Amino acid sequence: MSAQAMNDLSLAPTTRQRRPGAFRPTNVVVYGIALVVVAITLGPVIYGVLGGFRTNAQLARTPAGLPEPWVLDNYIGVLTNPTFWQYTWNSTGVSLITTAVVVVFGVMAAYPLARYEFKGREGLFMVFVIGLLFPATVAIVPLFILITQNLQLGNTWIGVALPQAAFALPMTVVILRPFLMALPKELEEAAMLDGTSRIGFFWRILIPLSGPGMVTVGVLAFVGSWNAYLLPLLLLQGDMKTLPLGVADFSSEHASDTAGVFAFTSLAMIPALIFFLAMQKRIVNGLQGAVKG
Amino acid sequence: MADDVTTSDVAASPATSPVQGAAGRTSQVRPAASARGGRRGMNSQLRKRLEIFFFVAPALALFGLFVIVPIATAVQMSLFRWKGIGPLVDFVGLQNYVSVLTSDVFTGAVVHNLVIVFLSILIQLPLGLAIALLLNRRMWGQSALRTIIFVPYVLAEVVAGVIWLQLLQPQYGVIDAILGAVGLEGPDQGWLGDTDLALGTVMVVLTWKYLGLAVILFLAGLQGVPEELYEAAQLDGATWWQVQRKITIPLLGPTLRTWGFLSMIGSLQLFDMVWILTRGGPANATSTMATFLVNEGTQRSNFGIAGAASVVLFVIALFMAVLYQQLILRRDTRPETGRK
Repeated sequence: MSAQAMNDLSLAPTTRQRRPGAFRPTNVVVYGIALVVVAITLGPVIYGVLGGFRTNAQLARTPAGLPEPWVLDNYIGVLTNPTFWQYTWNSTGVSLITTAVVVVFGVMAAYPLARYEFKGREGLFMVFVIGLLFPATVAIVPLFILITQNLQLGNTWIGVALPQAAFALPMTVVILRPFLMALPKELEEAAMLDGTSRIGFFWRILIPLSGPGMVTVGVLAFVGSWNAYLLPLLLLQGDMKTLPLGVADFSSEHASDTAGVFAFTSLAMIPALIFFLAMQKRIVNGLQGAVKG
Repeated sequence: MADDVTTSDVAASPATSPVQGAAGRTSQVRPAASARGGRRGMNSQLRKRLEIFFFVAPALALFGLFVIVPIATAVQMSLFRWKGIGPLVDFVGLQNYVSVLTSDVFTGAVVHNLVIVFLSILIQLPLGLAIALLLNRRMWGQSALRTIIFVPYVLAEVVAGVIWLQLLQPQYGVIDAILGAVGLEGPDQGWLGDTDLALGTVMVVLTWKYLGLAVILFLAGLQGVPEELYEAAQLDGATWWQVQRKITIPLLGPTLRTWGFLSMIGSLQLFDMVWILTRGGPANATSTMATFLVNEGTQRSNFGIAGAASVVLFVIALFMAVLYQQLILRRDTRPETGRK
């Protein structure tokens, strides 16, 4: 039925009028529901940020109140805490390495899978697709032994970044391949006629053109690594910890200092939020690319 | 296996697939053309193979070392009694599997995982769909709204978990305070301390964290529904509700089904949030397979048991994935109606 409707419609004139009824009374209901959704979504986050501006005494007396007076001590305490900056530095390092490895290896692997014709191509691609099914959790204990004992990479940035990149590769290849496939064939033929090798085509034409795709997978890898907890939890100690570990530690070590926990947590989420706001479109596009049927 | 279903599903976005088809066709012609070149052809074949190897090798090496090897090791470990010191010598056959599968803690964890898998979909699907349908119209502040809805998803599970942990504090937490203000009372041991309520509470937090993802993906899917369809339906006098039921939801089918798949896989590996909120407690009331693994493997050094649990987790994930493919995703492989 819907196919028929579509066919009918493709014949319809393309001049399109604005949908009528943009300001119907039902819209009040819609805006009301939207407000409720926003309140529930942001409520806990805002409460946490505001909680950082209160004292523990205030929080105990009126848990649901506003800061009165506003106190900056908690935030100043975190910002002058060298450990916080150390953890931020570590998170940045691990995430950047992860992202670089994922993007470089991912686009390299996706290139032949997208644009070479060879036996076993689909089989090779299938390796990555099945890889989507391997949650890092399954391999976590052997991974821990492999990295700490066999590779002696325990408590290093690389030791966390490489396995994270490995587990992010399947998604990267799966997103990048159709992207590379979509680049017009004529480009490649023209380049070949000009005497460019396939590798030359890869460097000089494919890489520049696939920028948006690489940014998308890069953003996904970065956010994934920035937020990761399980692998860093097992592999990193002391000064090498990342922010999520810092947040968890701070919250259990200073359990009685609720205001301090709020301040630490709020500051820890700022980088991810800024990055997200800047890259929102890319993140959504990437996830959408992975989900669209 | 039904994995090619995943391929087309996950990989091909509608915008690229026509081009992709065309590219596939042209490139198939080529090997035949270059094969006639005799010795030169052999060389270029070899060169091509080397190029393929050059491009794919780094990714495969990384994937092999950090994904395949650990998983194989998990299988191997599962057959030994091993405390993490010395070589694997104490072969025990399937005994670890017997201990894992007869352990109440582990079977409890499996049940919790399955409850989370089903409740996540049962709660987030209708709720996410309802919100997405309501928001899928020109309205003031639409892009801000989309950004806001997505915020919880972008926060680390740890960050979200720590904030909720504070909100849920018995008595001093804001939730109990608000309940108190309207004359109600939270549970004595706190929402996360009560064995009957803890899993439900974790579920609420997970819904808060992941509903935004569902809404955003559904909204993105809705944008793929051509506007002309709505106009035609309106011309035919269809009500808003009829339009949604007969046009929007069927066309959104593939997005919904693939979202369900991702949600399921995510629920099966749930660790971070539970570890922050309850560590699997109280009395294992919220344990998941992943918390069991980490407990046994890294805290108690029962590597054999952890290996067996890993294998069981993997088999369950694979089984459910294949089942999902067969029962649900299969519809998407049918040559679909007029979708672009």
